[in-house]
Amino acid sequence: MTARRERWLGAGLEVTVPILVLVIWGLWSAGSETYYFPPLTDILSTFADTWVFERVGSDVVPSLVRMGLGFGIAVVVAIATGLLLGMSPRARRSAAPIVEFLRAIPPPALLPFAILVIGVGNSMKVFIIAFVCIWPILLNTVDGVTGVDPTLRETTRVYGITGPDRLWRVMLPAASPQIFAGMRTSLSLALILMVISEMVASTNGIGYFVLQSQRTFAIPEMWSGILLLGILGYTLNGAFMLIERRVLRWHRGARASALS
Amino acid sequence: MLKVDHLAKTYGEGDDAVRAIGDLEFEVGENEFVCIVGPSGCGKTTLLKCMSGLLAPTRGEIRLHDRRIDGPPERMALVFQEYGRSLYPWMSVRQNVAFPLRRKRLGREIAAELVERAVESVDLTGFLDRYPWELSGGMQQRVAIARALAYQPEILLMDEPFASVDAQTRADLEDLILEVRRQYGVTVVFVTHDIDESVYLGDRIVVLTPAPTQVQETLDVDLPAVRDQLETKEDPEFARLRAHVYRSIKRKQTAAEPERAPEEQPATARS
Repeated sequence: MTARRERWLGAGLEVTVPILVLVIWGLWSAGSETYYFPPLTDILSTFADTWVFERVGSDVVPSLVRMGLGFGIAVVVAIATGLLLGMSPRARRSAAPIVEFLRAIPPPALLPFAILVIGVGNSMKVFIIAFVCIWPILLNTVDGVTGVDPTLRETTRVYGITGPDRLWRVMLPAASPQIFAGMRTSLSLALILMVISEMVASTNGIGYFVLQSQRTFAIPEMWSGILLLGILGYTLNGAFMLIERRVLRWHRGARASALS
Repeated sequence: MLKVDHLAKTYGEGDDAVRAIGDLEFEVGENEFVCIVGPSGCGKTTLLKCMSGLLAPTRGEIRLHDRRIDGPPERMALVFQEYGRSLYPWMSVRQNVAFPLRRKRLGREIAAELVERAVESVDLTGFLDRYPWELSGGMQQRVAIARALAYQPEILLMDEPFASVDAQTRADLEDLILEVRRQYGVTVVFVTHDIDESVYLGDRIVVLTPAPTQVQETLDVDLPAVRDQLETKEDPEFARLRAHVYRSIKRKQTAAEPERAPEEQPATARS
């Protein structure tokens, strides 16, 4: 009974605390004359004017497309490479120094290079997002594949399961808990890099909008953009967790039964 | 049918080398149920891994139907002790049992029939669409056995398959394996460290020595073909065989230890 009450209490807090924060912010900023911290009501009405739905087509959609493409490319490339490296110790050892080096480069440092080589269009932004998102997924995939239980590997061998069946039906699912952990890290990186790439040499997108508002002293607009990015990150993470729960249902079940 | 010929396996090289198997030689006949029993750490698992083609022997060879085993043979299945780690947790019982059949390209209907028959023979028909982790340990091991049976092996290797389940489940599984063995007419090589189990199940028992392993002795089990947990275990022949195997293992173990003592004593006396 207490466990159930605890759960309800937790859910209640999750809803009421953010509302409380908003109320406090609203009250605190209500009579605000400070230029940089406009009243919350101003920000919210600007938010409604701007994002419902006037600039959805011109800024939100391009941003999401870039982010989705970059993240998607990273997922495909990283999982494929990770499976390959995970299954071959030799490939893993030869690739390790390169991977560690590329991973260590602070991503924004690549922007000048990307602009120079790819240009200022969408491809540059997608490239930057993908480049950054690859590493967490790649390293986690490799870890997941090398960590596959030896008994499970031997079972697979004894039954003569090789080739694509082994790859897609054994190694990939066995590594999927780690792959998902990597993907979650990369998803937040994707959002960050989307904003950064749009703040440099861009003509649309949410990142561009925030910077442009700041430069034209449209402070409520700037705040509304920041608010939107927060909501976006929160929603994306929530959606991702829902998918993860579904796909990795077996993993939670197996772990729970192993612990009991 | 299966011939272990001067098999030796050494792990590592030089000073760190560990001789797991010294020199093993025995045969397994068609439709035979052979139990391999020996003290713990005597290289039983190493032997099974060599038999199943998972591990290459250092010397000697194992032949199945006169063909040298150098990789997992197509008509051989292996049941591991760690059932929880040998089933695919992301697949349902049905998918687990069916998965190894994919490469046999049997056609969907035949494969489905094999799966259903195998699952039925281990009494899990109602659990086809459950996941392994939803089942108890004994049931999980039955899924692993069903998977092995559906694969239609002519020889089934089992590596201490009932060592991690409780006593009652263990007795049930022992009877189950005797039953399915009769149904499927499969040859079984059953590794165990449990002497009772080896006498209860086997047609023949191969007793191994401690590492580096050799065959201590081979004995035929002269008990009625149909075994029963109570009747068979009350049979005087059961008690005799059990005591015999027990002494056989103990003798070698105690013999192995004082052997060294007489050599060392004169040395200490001199100093």
